[in-house]
Amino acid sequence: MILGKVVGTIVATRKDERLVGSTLLLVQPVLPDGEARGGPIVAVDTVDAGAAETVLVVSGSSARMAAGQADRPIDAAIIGIVDVVSTNEAS
Amino acid sequence: MHLARVIGTVVATTKDPGLAGRTLLVLQPLSPERETVGVPLVAVDSVGAGRGEEVFFVRGREASFPFLPAAVPTDASVIGICDQWSLDASGTRPPPRRRSGRAAVKGQS
Amino acid sequence: MRLARIVGTVVATRKNPKLEGAKLLLARPVDQAGEPTGAAQLAIDAVGAGIGELVLLVLEGRAAGSALGRRAAPVDAAIVGIVDPSGAAD
Repeated sequence: MILGKVVGTIVATRKDERLVGSTLLLVQPVLPDGEARGGPIVAVDTVDAGAAETVLVVSGSSARMAAGQADRPIDAAIIGIVDVVSTNEAS
Repeated sequence: MHLARVIGTVVATTKDPGLAGRTLLVLQPLSPERETVGVPLVAVDSVGAGRGEEVFFVRGREASFPFLPAAVPTDASVIGICDQWSLDASGTRPPPRRRSGRAAVKGQS
Repeated sequence: MRLARIVGTVVATRKNPKLEGAKLLLARPVDQAGEPTGAAQLAIDAVGAGIGELVLLVLEGRAAGSALGRRAAPVDAAIVGIVDPSGAAD
C-alpha cells in the first residue's frame, strides 16, 4: 500500500456501469515525510476521504477486496484516512 | 518476496473494516546487500514485527492470504522476521548481526 | 520461469505459519551464460537447492504456492528446479 494526499475529485458521467455510485478521487502518492513522489493516480474512495487528507491506497487486484468493491473494475482503492505516520529514520 | 526494514508505523482511525485491529508498518525495501531499494511503502503486519527489524514481505494478491478467511484489502504484508541473512558470492561477506537478539528488541517496546 | 543462481540464505524463525519449515533463499537471475541479469530475489525453496547452484525460479504467486504444496500461501517466488551441470546451453 502507499500513502497519498487527496488532490482532486473526478467526475465521469460515462463510465463502466459497475463504477456508477462510486467516488473517484485523484491522489498524489507521497513518501512518509509527505513529499510527493510520482504522478497522481485515480482511486475509488471507500472511506469518505476529503480534500487534502492523507490516505492509505491499496493497488492491484487487492483493491477489489476493499468493502463493496468486489465486482468493480478498479486497480486502486482508498481504504484508510491516515491520522499519524511516524518514522524513526530518513528514507 | 522482498527484504525490508521496518522504519515506522501508520495510524488510521477511519479505515476499511478489513483493516480493523491490524498493524500498519512503513517498510523501506532493501537489497540483499542491505542497500535501500525504491521508496517506502505501507504493509500490514502478520507476524508481530516491530520498528527497526529486518523483515520480508509479499506483494500483490498473495498479501491478503495470511489473514484468510478474513478479507483484508492489502497489496503488501509482512510475513516473516529475518534473524539473519547472508550472501556467499563474489566476495560479499556475511553481514554482522545488527542486534543482540529478538528478545532485546521486544524488551524496548 | 527464469534461470537463477543461489547466492544467499535467509533465516527467519518467526514467519507466517504457511511458510513453516520452508527454506528461504536469495536467487539472482542469470542469462544462459551465467551472467547476472537482475537483482537477487527472495524465494521459497521447493527442491533442496544450495548455494552456487543454477536453478529454475518461478515468479508468480499461484505457481509458487503450488510448488510449496500449500494452498493460499503468501508467497510469490519459488525455486522449482535445479539445472543439471550440463543442462543450460551457452
